[in-house]
Amino acid sequence: MPDPRLTEASAVACLFFIFLVPFAAGGLALMNVGLGRSRSAGHMMMASLTALAVAGVACFVCGFALQGFIGGPAHAIQLSGKSWNWIAAEPFFFRKLAFDGSTASLAALFQIFCVGLAALIPLGSGADRWRLRAIGLSTGALAALTYPLFAHWVWGGGWLAQLGVNYGMGRGFLDVGGAAPIQVVGGLTALSVTWILGPRRGKYSADGMAPAIPGHNAVLMLFGCLLALVGWIGLNSAGAILFTGGQASGAALIGINTILAASASALSAAFITKVRFGKPDASLTANGWVGGLVASSASCAFVSPAEALVIGSIAGTVVTFSVEWFELRMEVDDPGGSVSVHAVGGLWGILALGFFGQFQRPVLNAADNFLPTAVSGIVSGQWLAQLIGVATLLGFVLPLTYGVNRLLNRFYPFRVSIEGERQGMDLHELGAGAYPEFVTHTDEFLPR
Amino acid sequence: MKVGGFLMLLAGWFLVLAAIVLLPSPAMRAAFILAGVAVEVLGLILAFRSHLIPREEKR
Repeated sequence: MPDPRLTEASAVACLFFIFLVPFAAGGLALMNVGLGRSRSAGHMMMASLTALAVAGVACFVCGFALQGFIGGPAHAIQLSGKSWNWIAAEPFFFRKLAFDGSTASLAALFQIFCVGLAALIPLGSGADRWRLRAIGLSTGALAALTYPLFAHWVWGGGWLAQLGVNYGMGRGFLDVGGAAPIQVVGGLTALSVTWILGPRRGKYSADGMAPAIPGHNAVLMLFGCLLALVGWIGLNSAGAILFTGGQASGAALIGINTILAASASALSAAFITKVRFGKPDASLTANGWVGGLVASSASCAFVSPAEALVIGSIAGTVVTFSVEWFELRMEVDDPGGSVSVHAVGGLWGILALGFFGQFQRPVLNAADNFLPTAVSGIVSGQWLAQLIGVATLLGFVLPLTYGVNRLLNRFYPFRVSIEGERQGMDLHELGAGAYPEFVTHTDEFLPR
Repeated sequence: MKVGGFLMLLAGWFLVLAAIVLLPSPAMRAAFILAGVAVEVLGLILAFRSHLIPREEKR
């Protein structure tokens, strides 16, 4: 039986928006390819397909069973008289899921794409040195454990979503388009992978210099940004309908807010790089664009267009400085800028909802309850719920994803051999280059 | 030092959870949640510093 909460028009619109989400995956994959080296381009695309495939299968096998959906079966513990819903108890392999237009079936479809998107994020940070089989293992762990656990807490009626019902903190932790479960979880996994892999050879020299290793194809990278916009509009709109009880008629505001946040963020990044370096930097502008999309995800349904513009411009500024800070000060070699764009941009987006959110309609969040309207996110304590979400991401998800990947790395080393890195991932792992007709690089390992 | 950083992250999170469960007053709860986040920030700084590349390994 279709869910009575979802009107037929909203269900059709939701399905349409969900089918736009793979464009975001295509966009991220193209960006990662463009920002990496030419000798690893084919490998990066192959890794993207592998990550999507592994994530989809893991979601089908156990991911969705652990994540669940609002109002579905779940395990809860009682703490000081309140119920803390911590993990879903759906059957594995999508059993008992009715594919008849129900909200749960739409959520299952949405989750397969979302977990794939989260799995693509760490690929950008491990570019040029992360082995294909290790990517499969790490993606499996992300899609089967880390992502569903946190996504249940946010989107499955878990304890973070219950903070409003249980403790009067606004509407509970809110995230419309997955800034937390997709972007920040993916970004923190990217940080863990970067720490475990270490920097590319030649990135940091003993004299303290960190030469830039530019991406090999700006066209791919910038085209990826355009594709990502289409995907993000779908992501934010479908999330608003499925997880906050929004109607299809609200999609216009969401679309406007999404593009305004991305535009403001990209313009901020272009302006800052122009002022600092004399010319706008294409890769940082691209990172700014996606950073704006990421920051828009949490709040797009609950802010005005002017506020989305402010959120986006702050995201562009934060992401631009964060890329440089991570690379030069913290020695995090992240070729795709995944940590800055997805983790830092996402954290800002989550907090921005607490500061800017205005709730003009009742919000669906935990246990099928529509929490009543309120004037402002700050007055209602929404900021505290969002801050607890940020604390959970940093205090629980980061140690968990680091520990899991570290453990996997002990059994199957993530990093390719020195010879493989010198040769390029395409030749070493796939046996053929992405651009066989062209000599596209010099060997920077040879002394000149 | 690496382990210490991650333990501090976890400790900060437990402080946040304890504040939600144990403190009934909204003001006290908010103060302890902010304290928990501050502990996490310290843990994050420690984690980043412990992953700086030693000079002899730079190449």
